[in-house]
Amino acid sequence: MVRIIDRRFDSKNKSAVNRQRFVRRFKQQIRRAVSDAIQGRSIRDLDNGESVSIPAKDLSEPHFQHGKGGIWEQVFPGNDQFSTGDQVKRPQSGGGGGGGGGKASKDGESEDDFVFQLSREEFLDIFFDDLALPNLVRTQLARVTDFKTQRAGFTSTGVPANINIVRSMRSALGRRLALGSPYSARLRELQQAVDEAIAIHGEDSDEVRQLRDELGRLRAKIDAIPFIDSFDLRYNNRVKIPLPTTQAVMFCVMDVSGSMDEEKKSTAKRFFMLLYLFLNRTYEHIEVVFIRHHTVAKETDEDEFFHSRESGGTVVSSALVLMRDIIRERYAGGQWNIYGAQASDGDNWDNDSPICRDILSSEILPWCQYFAYIEITPGEPQNLWREYTKLIGTSPSFAMQRIESPADIYPVFRELFKKSLA
Amino acid sequence: MKRDLKPQPLPSGSEWSFESIDRYHAEIARVAAAYKLDTYPVQIEIITAEQMMDAYASVGMPVNYHHWSFGKHFLSTEKGYRRGQMGLAYEIVINSNPCIAYLMEENTLPMQGLVIAHAAYGHNSFFKGNYLFRTWTNADAIIDYLIFARNYIARCEERYGEEDVELLLDSCHALMSLGVDRYRRPPKLSLAKEKMRQQEREEYLQTQVNDLWRTLPVHEARGGAAQESRFPDEPEENLLYFIEKNAPLLDPWQREIVRIVRKIAQYFFPQRQTQVMNEGWATYWHYTLLNTLYDEGLLSDSFMLEFLQSHTNVVYQPPYNVRWYNGINPYALGFAMWTDIRRICENPTDEDREWFPEIAGSDWQDTFDFAMRNFKDESFIAQYLSPKVMRDFRMFAILDDEHEQNLKVSAIHDDSGFRRVREILSEHYNLGSREPNIQVWNVDLRGDRSLTLRHQAWRKRPLGDTTTEVMKHIARLWGFTVRLESVDEQGTVELINETRLEKRKTRD
Repeated sequence: MVRIIDRRFDSKNKSAVNRQRFVRRFKQQIRRAVSDAIQGRSIRDLDNGESVSIPAKDLSEPHFQHGKGGIWEQVFPGNDQFSTGDQVKRPQSGGGGGGGGGKASKDGESEDDFVFQLSREEFLDIFFDDLALPNLVRTQLARVTDFKTQRAGFTSTGVPANINIVRSMRSALGRRLALGSPYSARLRELQQAVDEAIAIHGEDSDEVRQLRDELGRLRAKIDAIPFIDSFDLRYNNRVKIPLPTTQAVMFCVMDVSGSMDEEKKSTAKRFFMLLYLFLNRTYEHIEVVFIRHHTVAKETDEDEFFHSRESGGTVVSSALVLMRDIIRERYAGGQWNIYGAQASDGDNWDNDSPICRDILSSEILPWCQYFAYIEITPGEPQNLWREYTKLIGTSPSFAMQRIESPADIYPVFRELFKKSLA
Repeated sequence: MKRDLKPQPLPSGSEWSFESIDRYHAEIARVAAAYKLDTYPVQIEIITAEQMMDAYASVGMPVNYHHWSFGKHFLSTEKGYRRGQMGLAYEIVINSNPCIAYLMEENTLPMQGLVIAHAAYGHNSFFKGNYLFRTWTNADAIIDYLIFARNYIARCEERYGEEDVELLLDSCHALMSLGVDRYRRPPKLSLAKEKMRQQEREEYLQTQVNDLWRTLPVHEARGGAAQESRFPDEPEENLLYFIEKNAPLLDPWQREIVRIVRKIAQYFFPQRQTQVMNEGWATYWHYTLLNTLYDEGLLSDSFMLEFLQSHTNVVYQPPYNVRWYNGINPYALGFAMWTDIRRICENPTDEDREWFPEIAGSDWQDTFDFAMRNFKDESFIAQYLSPKVMRDFRMFAILDDEHEQNLKVSAIHDDSGFRRVREILSEHYNLGSREPNIQVWNVDLRGDRSLTLRHQAWRKRPLGDTTTEVMKHIARLWGFTVRLESVDEQGTVELINETRLEKRKTRD
């Protein structure tokens, strides 16, 4: 008798530790890969893992090997044309197939990248790492949406704790009525017959006794109908619905004038992504509106928003006006929670900045749940910053921050986040 | 063996159950015993695809210590499997006593039958019989030793930090292929002894190491003559062994880890030397055992069709000029050679009588047994590769000399070329020439304690690009400067690498 052991139910993740160590060891490379991946992703797309590739040479495990050169003599199968002494042209390296094919694959290491899949958790973890998010916030964001259970009528199956007594009794009553009604009709007839028989034959006659017996049997039958039966039972039905179900719109406003280079745009993108992530945890349905501007503002799709480039001066107010118009046109009426996020390098046409402040404070902020402005610049604050500073304190829903690296983004959200925790 | 008059056919269909596996195993075992296959007891374990990937990642062992490189292998296996680029191997078999064969849950019943015949009887009998496995590995102790190793390394991680242990393992892994005794016979592993002696060894080793220091003042006066003597006296081929015993700055626990890696490298050494023989042997036996069962009327036609389909996939040898050519397929070559040996024994031709006078017409089972026990790939091919197999494979040899403009066809499968082709193919399986030959040459005891290694260049082949990286690892283990010299066939010595170690970082 052989020993057959069923190991299928043993722990599955023997390699989990090794995998973690791998990810930890190559954190630098993986982080770089993740940050490249963010460039290519839509800001709405944060719920997937990512396929990450690392240059193969970074994670090689070196051994002593023979290099190219020297004398090699090897045997190959499948001779179709050669005789002893033939001279063959040296195949180009990498061109498989020729006589040297096998050798090339033996000592020329392939330089393919090592590609593997990061899970969603691992991906977010690294994304958050860059943004220097506190741990509590991480768990809040990475969490799967909460559900609320809500009543949704009644069902005929369920657990005893959910029995709805009123409903159950009602259906029991209906059943008793339905089952008992033929008997009740007969009962009434008999009763009438008994009364008549008593009137004709007197109390003690045989007919009366007979009728009374039948009456008795009929009553017993009616009594035998169960008071409550298992299929009378009704249970409260509860369904899970995701929380909350409100909707929001998020405005991404970005300056695309000549002074915003790729790096600044990338930082801005992370800022937008993070805001989106926050909102995504709070709202079921989110619309995103992209507004780009230089001297004139334009609503665009996401791709154009991040990738096309224009030069020229900057008139920030044009974007704010457009935002205001879009709000009035599409998102008015209190149905929507409105969030604004503006990114710029702070460069603005001097006379325009006070106008921006006016529009913002009187026509946009009153409608907004939150408006965040980030100025991506390593240098001195620019004029837009100075104007906006005057707004701080006037409205609880306004925040601004100067940013040099992605790690500076988080503080912008701190206030907002405190609110939503409460 | 006595059987009922009317044999009961084995279950057919593709779904397996524990009962059907048990019945298949019983029949296969019966036939294997009739062919006098001597095996360890068999233990069959059913696992899922994920567990198979786990087993893959830790080089096929059921337990192993933790290291990032295993995680890397896991990820790449997983990726390949998920995308369907690669099927998992049908089987993993462990050279232990009892011999553990893994069957994957997803396989069909015919595949399970194939794996039982291939792994649990083919490989198993090879493990038990072949001289290399008998000499170098100890099937009784390997699992215990791996458990010991894993626990020991886990304890070291707790005590000295994961990072330090990881760096050390990286360095040891880099030298794994140079961590085996090729010629000396190792002592058998025994868990009890390992544990008992480990403590003792720690202290003893530390005292031994001091040899390197003690020499300093005493011999100074002697001057020239003493300089001639090298340490070690003879070149040492086992770098890990030398480092374990002699590296001046390693702590006892570090020496123990070097030893663990060395022991495991040693355990896998025979497998690397017997690929063609071992796979060919197992393939030959699954083919023979299942065909015997079919002849007895136990197996259905559908079983045989599925079995033969995967069998022919396994033994396919693509010719050199197709895209997916990837060297000679050890399954194909091994299977062809074993089949051919049986043919030579049973139906020898004149050519066979001339080439193999000693086995032509002999009893094939005895010849098989002898060949399986006493050879490794290199010698097996040199001894048994017949002109017929070379013709069937249409083998030819290519000479690639970097100083020549063109490649040259040096021999083909004809009368004048058979011996040359066989010689070259045999040489190809010689680990000694496949991997660079690097040995410990000298330690500068009087001076800077630098370690000098010598690379014996073979056929003018230089060392590859990874040399610098590996040298850093050696320097980390040794703790002082390490030099690598290359000696060509004329005996000219040339310094090709010198790695100085920056000041060792002291802990805490």
